[in-house]
Amino acid sequence: MEFVRPTTFADALAEKAARPQAVPILGGTDLMVGLNAGHPPPPALLDLTAVAELDAWAVDDDEVWIGAGVTYRRLITELGTLCPGLALAARTVGSPQIRNRATLAGNLGTASPGGDTHPVLLATGAVVEAASVRGQRAIPIDDFYAGVKRHALAPDELIRGVRLPIRRGPQQFAKVGTRNAMVIAVCSVAVALDVARRTVRVGVGSVAPTPRRALAAEDLASGLPWDGGPLDDDVARRFGAAVAAATAPIDDVRGTAAYRRHSVEVLARRTLAWALADLDRSEAWDGMTGRSEA
Amino acid sequence: MRVTLTVNGEQRTADDVWPGESLLFTLRERLGLPGTKNACEQGECGSCTVLLDGLPVCACLVAAGQAQGRTVVTVEGIARYPGSIAARNERGADGAAPTAATADGSTLHPVQEAFVAAGAVQCGFCTPGLVVAVVDLLRTRPHPTDSEIREALAGNLCRCTGYEKILDAVHLAAQRLAAAGPDAS
Repeated sequence: MEFVRPTTFADALAEKAARPQAVPILGGTDLMVGLNAGHPPPPALLDLTAVAELDAWAVDDDEVWIGAGVTYRRLITELGTLCPGLALAARTVGSPQIRNRATLAGNLGTASPGGDTHPVLLATGAVVEAASVRGQRAIPIDDFYAGVKRHALAPDELIRGVRLPIRRGPQQFAKVGTRNAMVIAVCSVAVALDVARRTVRVGVGSVAPTPRRALAAEDLASGLPWDGGPLDDDVARRFGAAVAAATAPIDDVRGTAAYRRHSVEVLARRTLAWALADLDRSEAWDGMTGRSEA
Repeated sequence: MRVTLTVNGEQRTADDVWPGESLLFTLRERLGLPGTKNACEQGECGSCTVLLDGLPVCACLVAAGQAQGRTVVTVEGIARYPGSIAARNERGADGAAPTAATADGSTLHPVQEAFVAAGAVQCGFCTPGLVVAVVDLLRTRPHPTDSEIREALAGNLCRCTGYEKILDAVHLAAQRLAAAGPDAS
């Protein structure tokens, strides 16, 4: 096995083109578990931790660009205001030691159905920036997940970063697990409200072969109390049921399909109620997004 | 391959490193630093916690080659090189700080002394990782609440289940460090 350590992204793309079987490594918190356990090593590790340009984020108009090397720690400490759903999900990942190393791009590259950031990326309408020596392309998150631990990247491509809108309203995330740390989700839900457009997007994890949206639940947006007031019980119930209906869970070591279907329904109602409560409390979401006219 | 890094303030070189080898293996088996413990090898237990460029990480999940040119502090060096904000912001700074001398002439970090005083050490296997994690916690939160301690140490398991005494030790260390002044941590 080779260990390849480029210091620029251009060099990283050249190395990936020359060695399509090389596996990129950033935090290593997933990959190293397998290597430590004696799984067959890939022909090369492509270490991206020395590529400084990936270790950054930036605001571009009404979007946030998050470089592939940004850790969960930084999503929490630096991006909690711009991307609250992502920070909420990041806070549930592993332990401080894991969050100090693990990255958003790593979550995407692993593409586990239970990865904690996927529901948020789906709910916020993120875009994955894939790059190769052939050029760069934007993969909408809805097209990124291709199966259990499979994604839409070509063998010569690397994730350069992720773009997602600066929050357009309240965002919430919740997951079920056996403790408040160090757990892979039994199920997870992210809800993102777009206050100006009066739309809601929902992403779910660990309840299907890939993370996915709950489109039928999103269609209930017009019944939500956008101008304040309580969430109608019937709407809440239909919302939860629509999220549960969007899933295709299995029985596994972490939970049964039936429990997942039940718990994801509960979490969906809960996260929606939390998001609407945030809406009640906020005085000016438009001021926060800077996009009141949109 | 060869890996050169700064460990506990000294430049060290390890040869014949396998590219898929963990930093933990390199520290223990090639650099003669067995204080960092090897247990789960999957980031669950925290017994291999070290400071990498000033941040606590599981050494078992860092590929050794990723530590090339970086700064590592293990439990063996935590009393002399507990790290600092400067070490985080500026890779390579060692953040040396004053230390306390024990009766036998060795030096312990105030967090280590507090673990001894509070009876927070049973079998001792989780202790090195906990000490490193607590040093980091108290640097960022000098007076943590119980829930903040529990969250900060969520990645460190004690199979003796001595968590109550560990919480006592963290509070004791916080009191002692506060009494000793801002330079002591």
